[in-house]
Amino acid sequence: MNELDLLTAITVFVLSVLIGVEVISKVPATLHTPLMSGSNAVHGIVVIGAMLIAAESHTWLGYVLAFVAMVFGAMNVVGGYLVTDRMLEMFKARPAEKKDV
Amino acid sequence: MDTVSNAVHYIFLGSAACFVLGLHLMNHPRTARRGNAISAAAMAVAIAATVWLVIHEGTITTTGWLVLVSGGLIGAALGLYAAREVKMTAMPQLVSLFNAVGGGAAALIAVNDLLQADHPAALGARVSLPGALDIVIGAVTFSGSLIAAGKLQGVVSGAPVVFPGARLLNVLLPASFVVGTVWLVLSPDSLVALYGLVAVALLFGVTMVLPIGGADMPVVIALLNAFTGSAVAMAGFVLNETALIIAGMLVSSSGGILTKLMADAMNRSIANIVVGGFGTGDSAPAAVAGGAAAQVRPVSADDVAIQLAYASKVIIVPGYGLAAAQAQHELGDLAKLLTDHGVDVSYAVHPVAGRMPGHMNVLLAEANVPYTQLKEMDDVNPEFPQADVALVIGANDVTNPIARKPGNAISGMPILDVDKAKSVVVIKRSMGHGYAGIDNELYTDPKTGMFFTDAKKGLSELKSAVGEFVG
Repeated sequence: MNELDLLTAITVFVLSVLIGVEVISKVPATLHTPLMSGSNAVHGIVVIGAMLIAAESHTWLGYVLAFVAMVFGAMNVVGGYLVTDRMLEMFKARPAEKKDV
Repeated sequence: MDTVSNAVHYIFLGSAACFVLGLHLMNHPRTARRGNAISAAAMAVAIAATVWLVIHEGTITTTGWLVLVSGGLIGAALGLYAAREVKMTAMPQLVSLFNAVGGGAAALIAVNDLLQADHPAALGARVSLPGALDIVIGAVTFSGSLIAAGKLQGVVSGAPVVFPGARLLNVLLPASFVVGTVWLVLSPDSLVALYGLVAVALLFGVTMVLPIGGADMPVVIALLNAFTGSAVAMAGFVLNETALIIAGMLVSSSGGILTKLMADAMNRSIANIVVGGFGTGDSAPAAVAGGAAAQVRPVSADDVAIQLAYASKVIIVPGYGLAAAQAQHELGDLAKLLTDHGVDVSYAVHPVAGRMPGHMNVLLAEANVPYTQLKEMDDVNPEFPQADVALVIGANDVTNPIARKPGNAISGMPILDVDKAKSVVVIKRSMGHGYAGIDNELYTDPKTGMFFTDAKKGLSELKSAVGEFVG
């Protein structure tokens, strides 16, 4: 892949921080836990990096590192989104009718 | 860049935009779930696009495919299991665990990239500097988050663990990061520098989190969340992937904002919390001060039930003690009974109630409490003077009016103005202290009634007593 221009990379970095601060500061305290687990799932994008290094690995050490990174990254993505959904499902405007236990 | 690579990177850009949109929709409970779904769908598309890219580039070996697919499936299965089985009270541990794996994966990417380079000695600072930072931040997050999860789970002592020389070590280790990073940048092919940096960073994660008390965990988790995001962004610099930079920095700003909010809510600086020495363990000393106990007014379930049933406005103040007693559902039932009877019920949730930012809200939502009744500190404080009854359950320091006076452990900490309510009922086991270890002036206030009981048992009694009055 082409070398990403350092200035471009840093521009993206800085703008992402500003967007993040702008968007996140509007989230109410009520939703801070789902916000945290949801953003946790977003950093699961690291799984893409793990896939790319798995594709470039040609040594045993490389394979082992890529494998562990894949396990970690996939767990992060799948677990993060599912648990966030499970939490958000519970937030209701009106109390749900009690299920029979 | 060829056509496929180009197309894939446009897809990544679209996904990144959807992550921002998803986080934006989190600004209201009504839209939050949709936001999360959009973000998840964007992630799935990005992963599919990466598979396309990997196939197209064709450098992957059969073993590489095996590694990719088996690792992905095993990780997904573990994530699925964890997300399904986790109890809401254990959410901080899980988030901490996800921080650990995210940071760990980011660090591994940098290690792998430095090892796999064809001519590592020729790597410029453009790759080796973010690589070194990725390794340091990722590895610190990995071990630190595991210790934090262990503390929350009770596997590692929740009390601050201080050993001789810990402070010195916490100065020396970061200093060695600088040395190791410079070394690695100057000679990217040095395995000693690479592995040394990993080892030192892992060690620092442990020594950084061990001395921090259980009550400070909300700050620690948020801080580690910010670290993970930065580590992922650094991995983006190493791999030349802007998608990782964008997603990583979104998470990092989220973690940063939450860290600041939590620290403000405790009126302590982030440095002060990380240095440790104030927070105590999960089990605060349950010493009963005989003198203080004599001045309080004990009340019975029936007394409280009458007050609640004839109130027009009740504000409930839940603290972590409620969750520790597993009494959220009893509380939810009692509140529903009162609401159905026409009482205006709301919950005053302090930012640090629980073990992570916003934790108490999730626990109450699980107990069927509608989110419209969950109020933030700044919104609810002006309402206390109109409240006929403020019902405090398992909260202590955040209700202590002494915080408004100078010269004590919690001076200046923002508190809920419970003492301004017309009357106050505190459900508590004993006169034990909170984390700060100081007497709560609220308990000796003449308008406060102390209902000494276990939260779960007490709330069940209240529910049946109120049921008789309103039934």
